[in-house]
Amino acid sequence: MKIYGVALLAGCFLLGKLMGNLLGKLIQINNDIGGVGFAMLLLMGTSFYLRKRGWLNTESETGIRFWSAIYIPIVVAMAATLNVTAAITGGAVALLAGAGATIAGMALVPLLSKIGKTKNDSPIKNKAHGDR
Amino acid sequence: MEIVENIFVKNGLIFAFLCVGVIMLLSYWISNQLMRKRIPDVAIAIIIGLGLAFLGDKKGIADFPLFSGMALLGGSMLRDFSIVATAMGADLNKIKQAGWAGVIALFVGIFISFFVGGIFAYYMGYTDAENLTTIAAGACTYIVGPVTGSALGVSSDVIAISVAAGVVKTIVATIFTPLIAKKIQLDNPHAAIVFGGLIGSTSGVVAGLAATDTKLVPYGALTATFFTGLGCLLCPSVFYLSLKFML
Repeated sequence: MKIYGVALLAGCFLLGKLMGNLLGKLIQINNDIGGVGFAMLLLMGTSFYLRKRGWLNTESETGIRFWSAIYIPIVVAMAATLNVTAAITGGAVALLAGAGATIAGMALVPLLSKIGKTKNDSPIKNKAHGDR
Repeated sequence: MEIVENIFVKNGLIFAFLCVGVIMLLSYWISNQLMRKRIPDVAIAIIIGLGLAFLGDKKGIADFPLFSGMALLGGSMLRDFSIVATAMGADLNKIKQAGWAGVIALFVGIFISFFVGGIFAYYMGYTDAENLTTIAAGACTYIVGPVTGSALGVSSDVIAISVAAGVVKTIVATIFTPLIAKKIQLDNPHAAIVFGGLIGSTSGVVAGLAATDTKLVPYGALTATFFTGLGCLLCPSVFYLSLKFML
C-alpha cells in the first residue's frame, strides 16, 4: 500500500526534525540543526534496509516517489509566497553569491579531476557538441 | 462570479495545485519554445514564482485571499517533507561509482559555494550568523537556502534572497558550462562527475552538461543528486555553528 511509504517518510521526517531540534537544544542554540538532513539520512538508511529484507515493495515506494516528484512545484509555490518586495534590496547579493559560487566551483574542476583519474577517462569524441 | 471565487478560496490548497501546475506548464513551454532550453524550466518556474510574489506584500501572492492556498502548499512543512522524499532517489550504491573524486568534489563544492556566497553576503551587510548562513546556503542550491533559513528562523525576505542566489547559480551553470567546458577540461565522464559534485544544482548541472555534450549528463547528475541532501545536512549544522562561533 502506498500509505506505508508515505508513513515511513513521515516517520523519518519527524524523527529527523526531532534530532535536529534536540541537537539545537543540546548546544543551546534553539534552532533546528540539520533536521532535514538527518531525516534524509534516516530515509536512505531505512529504505535500504527494508528493501534488502524485501519489506519495501514498489507499491509502497510510489507513495514516497510522489512526494519526491512534487518538490519542484512546492518550491515554486514557496517562491510565490516569499517577501520578495523587501528582498529586492538584496538582489545584488543574490546575484554575486550565486554567480560567484558557480564560477568558483567551475574553476576547481580541473584540479579535482586529477583525483583518481584513469587512462580510460579520455575525452568523449563526438562532433555534436558546442553548437547550441 | 462570487460562487466561483468562494469555491477557490475555500479550496485554497487545491487551487494552489492548479496554479502551480499552470506555472510549470508555462515555464516548460517558455524554456523549450522561446529559450530553446538555454535556461532550465525549473529556473523559469521559480523566477515566475518570485515575480508573482512581487504582486503581494509580506506573504507574497498569498496576501490575496484567492491565493492563500499557495502559502500552505509552499509552506515549510510540505516543502521539507517533499525534500526529504527526494532522498529515496539517492541510491547509496551509486556513490561508489562516483568514487573518491566525486565524494571529495561534493564536500568541496558545498564548502566553496557556502564560503563564496557567505563572503559576498558578509561584505554586503549581512553580518549575523543566521542571515549569513541562509544566504550562503542559497549559494549552494535554491533548496538548501530556504531549508536552512526556516530551520534557523530567519525572515522571509532573506529566504527570498537565498532562493534567488540558487536560481542565479542554476542559470549561470546552464549558460557558462558549454562556454568554458574546454578550458576546465570538462570533456570526459570523470570530470563530469567532479563537475556535478562541485556545482550541485541538479537542474543547472543537467542543463549545462546537455548543452556541452549530452553523453556527460548522467555522470554529472550522479553526484549532483547528493549535493542538496548533503547541503541540508551541513549548512544548518556544521557550517552554521562554525559561523556562529566565528562571529
